[in-house]
Amino acid sequence: MSLKQQLEKLKEKTIAEIDEAVDLNALNNIRVEILGKKGPITEVLRGMKDLSSEERPVVGSFANEIKNKIAQKIEEKKEILESQALDEALVAETLDVTLPGKKVPQGTRHILTQIMEEIEDIFIGMGYQVIEGYEVEKDAYNFERMNIPKNHPARDMQDSFYVTEELLLRTHTSPVQARTMEVHDFSKGPLRMISPGKVFRRDNDDATHSHQFHQIEGLVIDKNITMGDLKGTLEVLLKKMFGEDREIRLRPSYFPFTEPSVEVDVSCFKCGGAGCNVCKKTGWIEILGAGMVHPTVLEMSGIDPEVYSGFAFGLGPDRVAMLRYGVTDIRSFYLNDLRFIEQFKVKESN
Amino acid sequence: MLVSYKWLQDFLDLSQTTAIELADKMSRTGIEVEEVNTLQDGLKKIVVGYVKEAKAHENSDHLSVCQVDVGEEEDYQIVCGAPNVATGQKVVVALPGARITGNIKIKKNKMRGEVSMGMICSLEEMGFPENVIPKAYADGIYVLPSDANVGEEAYAYLGMDDPIIELSVTPNRADALSMMGVAHEVGAIYRQQPKFDKKILKETSSMSIQDLLTVRVEDEKDAPNYRMRVVENLTIKESPLWLQTRLMNAGIRPHNNVVDVTNYVLLLFGQPLHAFDYDKIGSKEILVRRGLPEETLMTLDGVERKVGPENIMITNGQAPIALAGVMGGFDSEVTEETTSVAIEAASFDPALTRKTSAQFNLRSESSARFEKGINLATVQEALDYAAMLMAELGDGEVVAGEIVASETLPEQIIVDISLEKINRLLGTDLLTSEVNEIFDALGFAYSENDEYYAIEIPPRRWDIKIPEDIVEEVARIYGYDDLPSTLPKGEALPGGLTVNQQLIREIRDILEGSGLSEAISYALTTEEKAGQFVIQHGENVKLASPMSEDHSVMRQSLISGLLTDMSYNVARKNLNVALYEIGNIFIQKEKKEIPEQRKHLALAITGLWHEKAWSETNQSVDFYLLKGIVENLMTMLGAENVRYEATVEYSELHPGRTAKMILNEEVIGFVGQLHPSMAKAYDIHDTFVCEIDLDILFAQELKNFDFKEVSKYPSVSRDIALLVDKNITNQQLIDVIRAKGGAYLKDVHLFDVFEGEKLGKAKKSLAYSLTFQNPASTLVDEEVTQAMEKISSALENNFSAEIR
Repeated sequence: MSLKQQLEKLKEKTIAEIDEAVDLNALNNIRVEILGKKGPITEVLRGMKDLSSEERPVVGSFANEIKNKIAQKIEEKKEILESQALDEALVAETLDVTLPGKKVPQGTRHILTQIMEEIEDIFIGMGYQVIEGYEVEKDAYNFERMNIPKNHPARDMQDSFYVTEELLLRTHTSPVQARTMEVHDFSKGPLRMISPGKVFRRDNDDATHSHQFHQIEGLVIDKNITMGDLKGTLEVLLKKMFGEDREIRLRPSYFPFTEPSVEVDVSCFKCGGAGCNVCKKTGWIEILGAGMVHPTVLEMSGIDPEVYSGFAFGLGPDRVAMLRYGVTDIRSFYLNDLRFIEQFKVKESN
Repeated sequence: MLVSYKWLQDFLDLSQTTAIELADKMSRTGIEVEEVNTLQDGLKKIVVGYVKEAKAHENSDHLSVCQVDVGEEEDYQIVCGAPNVATGQKVVVALPGARITGNIKIKKNKMRGEVSMGMICSLEEMGFPENVIPKAYADGIYVLPSDANVGEEAYAYLGMDDPIIELSVTPNRADALSMMGVAHEVGAIYRQQPKFDKKILKETSSMSIQDLLTVRVEDEKDAPNYRMRVVENLTIKESPLWLQTRLMNAGIRPHNNVVDVTNYVLLLFGQPLHAFDYDKIGSKEILVRRGLPEETLMTLDGVERKVGPENIMITNGQAPIALAGVMGGFDSEVTEETTSVAIEAASFDPALTRKTSAQFNLRSESSARFEKGINLATVQEALDYAAMLMAELGDGEVVAGEIVASETLPEQIIVDISLEKINRLLGTDLLTSEVNEIFDALGFAYSENDEYYAIEIPPRRWDIKIPEDIVEEVARIYGYDDLPSTLPKGEALPGGLTVNQQLIREIRDILEGSGLSEAISYALTTEEKAGQFVIQHGENVKLASPMSEDHSVMRQSLISGLLTDMSYNVARKNLNVALYEIGNIFIQKEKKEIPEQRKHLALAITGLWHEKAWSETNQSVDFYLLKGIVENLMTMLGAENVRYEATVEYSELHPGRTAKMILNEEVIGFVGQLHPSMAKAYDIHDTFVCEIDLDILFAQELKNFDFKEVSKYPSVSRDIALLVDKNITNQQLIDVIRAKGGAYLKDVHLFDVFEGEKLGKAKKSLAYSLTFQNPASTLVDEEVTQAMEKISSALENNFSAEIR
């Protein structure tokens, strides 16, 4: 058998072995055995010294060709085996993807904060500033500057916690308005503000009363502010909060600091006005109080009511939350039971 | 105010509407209606019966067996337990199958052997509130007048078919606390002028009032109006049924014909009256003056009241006989023996009346009206009306003349307003014709000249004083539904949050992302809790008269509130709690000035950080977890250089596990473990807390960082392990490392802390990884080695550290 024939035979045998190799290990053994320094090809090449100088290059190049072919075949087989091995490994690594993921801690914003921020953002979009004030206020700002002098019957409506004769826990966020009005520079533009915060009334805590609750009030003062502007603004607010197809209705009411004064109802967001337990079968929900700022209030803050007019409104985040989610006990907001507060993880979008 | 729909129809034609429609219109135009309630609703088979015979039940000492004619062929036998049932009475009978109040069904049954075909009813059983039922019928059945028709439904006799409209009257609309006022209001809605029939007073007595009384008011400011009439030769008796039902429907208990007339006139005119038994005044003199120190008066309710100079008193010249405007005196009360009455019609100072009624906790129909003002134009008319009606119902005679001790006529109020102002404030384009129509509807006289109005306000609307009040009248009668809906025009403004407001929202986001939920606790707390965990001690802000000890002092820290929340949760088996709160704390300064109000942040964690899961073991909260959350927060806010210094200052905290937080030499707060005795007091387990004064924090330069280009050159890390005395702190070591590390030392990372037997009891080992980097070139090994040598020798020298 000529060297060439030997090589040819070797090649065929090796390729058959490669095809049969079942794993990378076997393949590697073939490679070492066939292509290694002590392998048969090397052996054949060593026998070339007995060949004539004409034959030598022919056989040499043939041997190299065989060697390369085998090497290539090994590579090809290696890829196949590796891919198979990976597939097997992946199968072995299969997870139960239905097992729960690792817990990532996430806290929840208090629902009242969520509602206040939601309202703040609606008004920020309309050019309002957010202004906070003092929770312990002067009687003068809480009452007198709001056109509620001493002995005014309206003080009955707002029984309060006094600290001294002059100081009390504010009963509404209105004193913030008085404080802002008296320093506002109208040469720099109109006043548009909202003031969210805690307020306090002398009430025994029960399901519907809390000595501490929240309010968010708005105020706009400029030339030519109208009751129509108040109506339009509240429509924007209530539609954003309760849905685009809500309607509002104004009913006359009384607040010492506004004239005219109105109570504002929104068509029931639960039944759409047909009547349900949320709206007590009326189709309407009383949601806020509002009015045109009383000229005396403007005057006391150094604003000329002949030149400027304005509107003010106020609503209670606690009440909004109770209505929106059907919370039946106002105390839930201040006890901070995790089972309560963590339910509000999913935020309303509007 | 409870308004009888039927009574209202004495003044207005309401045939084209219903009580429900009217109620809705009233709510929409001015006065809120709470509800419309007809007593008859839900009741059935209740008729007039005639008790032909009532005799004692043989087997009972209190039951009567009655034969009652209910208009059917045969009489019904009804067993009745009322003590006042008697033969010959017309009564109210609930027939078998009837429904009485509370949806109770009446059935035929047997009582101690006697068949009972239904029930003879009391007023309470028909739904009258206990507090309006005449005393005479309080414990028994009600007896109808003898002319009631047997077999007819009983409701109309008792006014139970009358829809009662409950008004919620705001303080400014006290004019609607009278039927006349309500009639005007409803008239404006339906464009009708209410009609009130005038009664002519006949003074039939031969006596003249001057012979009977002198009346004097010491200070006209206390009683701007005070007038009296006397009616004599009266017979005190039960009022006619129409009057009793009107009172009961208005929520007032009938007493007798004199007292009932005073209440009737109060309801009709809104003018409170008081009737004194003339013979029990104790003199022929009435003097209105302030109470004297140590003076007392027994009021109608039998309570001895200690009065004083803050109270206006009606006296007989010597002793008080009534608490002006609030309640009459016991001694001069009208009783069955009374034959002459002196009727008082007055107005009293609203503020003093308010104070007096509050002082004695006596809220009466009278005081409620005096406090809010009355129609000064009808004081006399109301008095005359009352005198006349008393004479009529008591077969008495009105004594000639009246005594006017003080009189203040209503001021004529004219309000000037332009059409332009009305339209400018409402955003409307009303024409004079439209506005005129509204004023006509309201019954306001006015003149209009070139779109300028002068409006004469009738005295019955004493709430209207300024142009804006007129704007409201126009708006409400015009209808708010018809107002345009616009947005403020004016200059566009950017709007937005202040830097601090943004920071607060960011803090919320960061802390919630760290796993803490937001709490809102009560700002009012106990005196003890108010002073706990304070960063800077100050004086408490205390309520002058708290409702309870639990809510008596404003908080000086937020932690105590969070701990209260925690113990609430833990008691309910929510054992793993992580909360934060942002809120104000208060420190009393000058008593007259507003207390210092500071914005604080507090964090509190207890229990497990995460529970054991299939994938991991549980992890309890600890000091370093909370500190890590706080450090992350500070990093996010750009307050990188906060130092944590061990402190024993806070007695509420673990003395070995508390750090003060210091930024730019200012204490901004603390972080630490709750002292075990405190944890016990709050009934919670290991808890870690932090409180930060955000006002101080926000006053620092925050978020002030310079962007640095990422270095192109590789960094070099070296580790160093130190054996030091146990009392040496990480901060001390890091300070030295940083000081000696040179310009290229970028980061110092503590990766191991070890204490153990092998090291010796007073020793510990700390291992740091130091990263060096030169932003401008590749570091040479030698530079790093030099820096490390400097660091090592400084640590050796300063702390006798053993480099391992």
